[in-house]
Amino acid sequence: MTLTELANPTRFLSLATRILPWLAMATGILLAIGLYQSAMAPDDYQQGATVKIMFIHVPNAWLSMFVWGVMSVASLGTLVWRHPLADVAAKAAAPIGAAFTFLALVTGSLWGRPMWGTYWEWDARLTSVLILFLMYLGLIALWRAVEDPSRAARAAAVLTLVGAINIPIIKFSVDWWNTLHQPASVMKMGGSSLDKSFLIPLLVMAVAFSLLFITLHLAAMRNEILRRRLRALQMLQASKPVALP
Amino acid sequence: MSALGALIRRDIRIAVRVGGGALIGVLFFLTVVVLMPFALGPDLALLARLGPAILWLGALLASLLTLDRLFTADHDDGSLDLILMSRTPLELACAAKALAHWLAAGVPLIAATPVLGLLLNLDGPATLAVALTLLAGTPALTFTGMIGAALAVTLQRGGLLLAVLVLPLSIPVLIFGVAASNAAIAGQLSFSTPFSILCALSLASLVIGPFAAAASLRHGLD
Repeated sequence: MTLTELANPTRFLSLATRILPWLAMATGILLAIGLYQSAMAPDDYQQGATVKIMFIHVPNAWLSMFVWGVMSVASLGTLVWRHPLADVAAKAAAPIGAAFTFLALVTGSLWGRPMWGTYWEWDARLTSVLILFLMYLGLIALWRAVEDPSRAARAAAVLTLVGAINIPIIKFSVDWWNTLHQPASVMKMGGSSLDKSFLIPLLVMAVAFSLLFITLHLAAMRNEILRRRLRALQMLQASKPVALP
Repeated sequence: MSALGALIRRDIRIAVRVGGGALIGVLFFLTVVVLMPFALGPDLALLARLGPAILWLGALLASLLTLDRLFTADHDDGSLDLILMSRTPLELACAAKALAHWLAAGVPLIAATPVLGLLLNLDGPATLAVALTLLAGTPALTFTGMIGAALAVTLQRGGLLLAVLVLPLSIPVLIFGVAASNAAIAGQLSFSTPFSILCALSLASLVIGPFAAAASLRHGLD
């Protein structure tokens, strides 16, 4: 089944309906394994039990960036290839991405309180993620500002692609800005410096959250297609001449 | 080429005439700067320390205020459709309009900086540094803002959305603008590094802005 065949919403809907239960099940099992492993992971010698926030925080932060990437590809699909499902994919991904970004911010903040002694620090990483969150909200606002879905799709696609250019700029500029003002308190967490007892649960959680995103995204896309059909039917109903008695 | 020249001349002429609103930006800039001492207290040392940041914020907000003018007036009276249909590439027309907007609304902001610097207790070299960074950075604000203006004009109620869409995009410019001004004033850190990045941001937005704005105009206005 190729991407062009999926352009037919009905075919996509039947495929999504078939896959979704399996995806949901796989997500549930992996999440359960990941959470169990995270709970069983040893405490850090410095951070104690709070290190376990990492297993939730890092997958969320990772997905917050990844979802914007998905939306950028979908936007290219809208503008370049005119794929009929691309704008559905982009629209459905935005609130999910915003939720992941928000969770990354909240868990990071909760982790920062015992570790850094503050809920919020104008640190490079935190600031860039906050800006990402604002951009998600702006994008959702743009989606909601236009009634016609295809017109909203093209406007949102332009903004998504411009934002995609801007994300690395924000990331690096804020990094640079912070080294100027204060020593950055960025967590050192390269893959190599992480012990296996932490790395394996983290990877399991990352896969589980990715599956969670795919599941939610497919379900949201299905809902969006149904919502648009409903809208079309309602418009049709409204445009029908009223039968005179 | 002459079409672009004519477009620039026309836009500037409209902007400085009655109802054009180019100088409203300067007035707003002045008001924002005057508000600051009321909020922060008339502490001259504090104002001098925060001066570059206040000037940059004021310029950012003032340029945001006039950005709405870039396409809406032309959309209302139908000349935007003529520009869309003309033989001049839309990307170049957008770039010309943004250039005209910068000349009419951006340059007065830079020209007003010395006076406002005086109010904020900045000395000569510091004011000069802020004006220089504004000169290098405001084109980036105009050209990235143009994307938001083009998106907003295709919507029915875009005016409110414009600020929300544009402000996150202008954060890098603000960061490097203030960093360069502070580096020039404090003198310990290199001025040329942030200043070069600021110029690079302006040049990059000069390339990306017209294309993105033209794309959203073309797709949005059927």
